[in-house]
Amino acid sequence: MAPKQTPSQTIGPYFSYGLTPEQYGYDYKQLVGNTLAEDGVEGITIRGQVFDGNGDSVRDAVIELWQADSQGRYAHARDPRGSNTGFGGFARVGTGTLEGHFFEFHTVKPGAIGDGQAPHITVVVFMRGLLNHVYTRLYFSDEAAANGADPVLAQIGPDRCGTLIAQRQDGADGPVYQFDIHMQGDRETVFFDA
Amino acid sequence: MAAAEGFAPRDWDSHPPYLSPDYKSTPLRAPTKPLVILPQSLSELTGPVYGQDAVGPLDHDLTKLAAKTAEPNGERIIVAGQVRDEDGRPVPNILLEVWQPNAAGRYNHDDDQHDAPIDPNFLGAGRCVTDDQGRYRFITIKPGAYPWGNHFNAWRPNHIHFSLFGPSILTRLITQMYFPGDPLLELDPIFNGVPAASRQLLVSKLSIELSEPEWALGYEFNICLRGRLATPLET
Repeated sequence: MAPKQTPSQTIGPYFSYGLTPEQYGYDYKQLVGNTLAEDGVEGITIRGQVFDGNGDSVRDAVIELWQADSQGRYAHARDPRGSNTGFGGFARVGTGTLEGHFFEFHTVKPGAIGDGQAPHITVVVFMRGLLNHVYTRLYFSDEAAANGADPVLAQIGPDRCGTLIAQRQDGADGPVYQFDIHMQGDRETVFFDA
Repeated sequence: MAAAEGFAPRDWDSHPPYLSPDYKSTPLRAPTKPLVILPQSLSELTGPVYGQDAVGPLDHDLTKLAAKTAEPNGERIIVAGQVRDEDGRPVPNILLEVWQPNAAGRYNHDDDQHDAPIDPNFLGAGRCVTDDQGRYRFITIKPGAYPWGNHFNAWRPNHIHFSLFGPSILTRLITQMYFPGDPLLELDPIFNGVPAASRQLLVSKLSIELSEPEWALGYEFNICLRGRLATPLET
């Protein structure tokens, strides 16, 4: 008999020392943090909050990013262009350490991967009360032309694709892209099943 | 269009629904709109890679990793198993991260106010990378049950949290491993959020083969990730 997929369970409220120990002040090395850098490439900040159905910010969510480098290459064997920048592409942060329960990432803007999709980042969200993680995508407000030609945004349509577009603001430390995640409500973020 | 292997869909007959009202944190956090089907592009077919060099020599042994003056209190156990996909293929070289409360049912976390002692010799976090046959092995302390606020006199069954990656971001999985014969399982809304036919997939088995004489009982917990699927990939 073919094995069945192991069921998902919630991450629960006590993930911090297991998944993000240094962020939460534990004396245990973390493998993944909120910072990705690429030599010679301008850094960007991605910042946002996760909101529940009451509009309250969620203080015990984990956000993960998976992204290509500035030239649109993934650090993975299935990307035929490989990645020779040393850019890992994976980042993780919990929402429990900044005032207002913000998440914040320091990374670079990914390049287009070359298949007609606009530059984007895969975003994975876990939290207490979420029995399966959700997938969403972050697109960039300063890529209007590319976004206009993106097949995934076109499939979603104008009513909801705005939930996936991070809004650029220029700050003293470079561009900041605001990206809030709404679990429910009028602005419920588009979540994917891939 | 070139043929390329993609990943089989999430098996919603096996996973719990997002909205599971007996688990009272779900009604305000479950998405209310249907998930949008996303074609599998390179962004989905790739994912983070961690090798054996990512983990430290004690990361798989939770009884030693944070021990300062003595071994942690509680019943030492071995938890081991194999990670495979739905096609039965071993999933080698993937990162597993685990976390759990101590033997008294207390998490080493500021938010856990359960009136049970912190163990100064136990953090409760560990990780390892599967070998070339997809096998993993942890040494830890059997976690205790603990109360939670879901309903009056609610207690979580003994469990260990598992986080896994697999070959792509689509095979990402976070789950919980339970222990055989735990009478709290039938009362637990998180466990029972899983469709009945799949619940036993989360319950480990006592294994005399994995146990070490005069030292520790072994529990076997095998994990199954999404399988492969031949799908056209737009290139």
